[in-house]
Amino acid sequence: MQATKTPVLEAVNISKSYGEKQVLADVSFSAGEGEFVCIVGPSGTGKTTLLRTLSALGTANSGEVRVNGMAITRPPAEVSVVFQDYSRSLMPWMRVGKNIELPLRRYKLSPAERTTRVTEALRDVGLEHAKDLYPWEMSGGMQQRVAIARSLAYRPQVLIMDEPFASVDAQTRADLEDLMLDIRARLGVTIVLVTHDIEEAVYLGDKVIVLSGRPASVSATVDVPLGRTRDQISTKSRPDYLELRAKIHAMIMQSPSSVSG
Amino acid sequence: MNRRKLIKVLPWITTPGLLVVLFVVWELSVKALNVSPLVLPPPSKVFENLGDLLGKASTWQNVQVTVIEIAIGFSVGVAAGVVVGVLLGKLPLLEASVRPLIIALEVIPKVALIPLFVIWFGFGMTTKVIIAALLAFFPVMLNVLLGVRSVERGHRDVMQSINASRWQTFTHLEVKSMMPHVFAGMETAIVLAVIGTIVGEYLGGNEGLGYMVVRTLNELNAPALFAVILMLASVGLAMYFIVTSFKRVAIPWHESVYGRKAEG
Ligand SMILES: Nc1ncnc2c1ncn2[C@@H]1O[C@H](COP(=O)(O)OP(=O)(O)O)[C@@H](O)[C@H]1O
Ligand SMILES: [Mg+2]
Repeated sequence: MQATKTPVLEAVNISKSYGEKQVLADVSFSAGEGEFVCIVGPSGTGKTTLLRTLSALGTANSGEVRVNGMAITRPPAEVSVVFQDYSRSLMPWMRVGKNIELPLRRYKLSPAERTTRVTEALRDVGLEHAKDLYPWEMSGGMQQRVAIARSLAYRPQVLIMDEPFASVDAQTRADLEDLMLDIRARLGVTIVLVTHDIEEAVYLGDKVIVLSGRPASVSATVDVPLGRTRDQISTKSRPDYLELRAKIHAMIMQSPSSVSG
Repeated sequence: MNRRKLIKVLPWITTPGLLVVLFVVWELSVKALNVSPLVLPPPSKVFENLGDLLGKASTWQNVQVTVIEIAIGFSVGVAAGVVVGVLLGKLPLLEASVRPLIIALEVIPKVALIPLFVIWFGFGMTTKVIIAALLAFFPVMLNVLLGVRSVERGHRDVMQSINASRWQTFTHLEVKSMMPHVFAGMETAIVLAVIGTIVGEYLGGNEGLGYMVVRTLNELNAPALFAVILMLASVGLAMYFIVTSFKRVAIPWHESVYGRKAEG
């Protein structure tokens, strides 16, 4: 990543309060093209609040979000969000294909082009044969794959994900983590993933942003020099991986935000 | 046959069986105890009368009147209920200002108003249609009002994140999430519409199944009265069945539909 290049996504001094209660204080970070950025912080820190601001679903009290250098005020076409709770994010009255097509209504596409995009997106997440199922006919992991496919069909530059694997079992979670690494490698999309799981953050990220304090701010930005190809077993047993994990763990433990409140 | 399949088919075998047992016991006890046919006619008599009635064109005329009254009243009530429900759901200020009125109207036993409608609208079909519509209106309106407000937050986020217009959000999201509430209201509404129509026919007019009940009662013709009641019950059941079948087709994705299927 060249330092001179404009970041794809940039948060500049974001502050946000709900009424009297300040949640975010001067949060800044950036994500370069094709970069996998993980934001980690304990529950209730303000991760979801930050993501809503990044995707312009919520407004900040001060600061700005820039996409390719331009400040945004409305949900930008370059950014797509995979929400935390897939069961509340897929429309139960639409079959998988229709769900994936939904965001494409934003563009004037020919029916053939739409079909191609849906087919490709389903292939990208390994669900070629699920087009005509209803979401509720699928397992949680499959539903989250559909949610990811819906975002990919949109062909965003940036994929924003809010604790996307928090409610699936461990094996599915590992599969989906590897799917995201694979998608980044193949499609070159920038991914900003929020998690409360330090292990997941270090395993996936090129860079881990530690969010802590009340109100929350960025307490550290940690580069993860583990290379772009990772493996659930070998990467997770590397000494430098373990060291990074311990370091970030210590940072979070030290910060006052680990005291739940 | 496994247990699940058995549970599924069992009612289809036992229900006719139970009915037959009921009729046999009824027939035998009426005979054995020498009950006056004016109080409880034996089922054989009832079915004989039913056969006679079904053979008459005038009976079918009356069935037709009742069915038309129910159908129009129900449709008008549902349509009005949906429109008012959406408006009140979307406009909280309006809803707050008319809420006391709605609650008052909800609580009034509307059947008590029927004589008034007879005075205002006469003894014809109009009165019954209005009663059926009024009774059908409230459950639909209240369900839709609730439905409009209970759109999943996550689904709203999805629409917002793709910059959907208000109209797109309405057609792709709000209308769809409202449908189960509309159908829940309709299932109550059809039952009430049938009741309203028949009570309306009891009180005024000279046509419809309700009128036949009154006439056979006045003639003290118990077997015919039972036969008419059987016909009324069939019309009510058929109406309810039509509404639930429509629901199965319209919202196969809702758990009130597929849940039952899966449970099997
Ligand atoms: N809409 C809201 N109104 C008021 N307070 C909120 C709202 N959303 C979140 N909060 C508060 O802001 C804090 C951060 O919440 P959130 O961003 O959901 O944290 P996280 O996603 O890290 O768990 C929490 O204390 C939460 O109670
Ligand atoms: Mg959250």
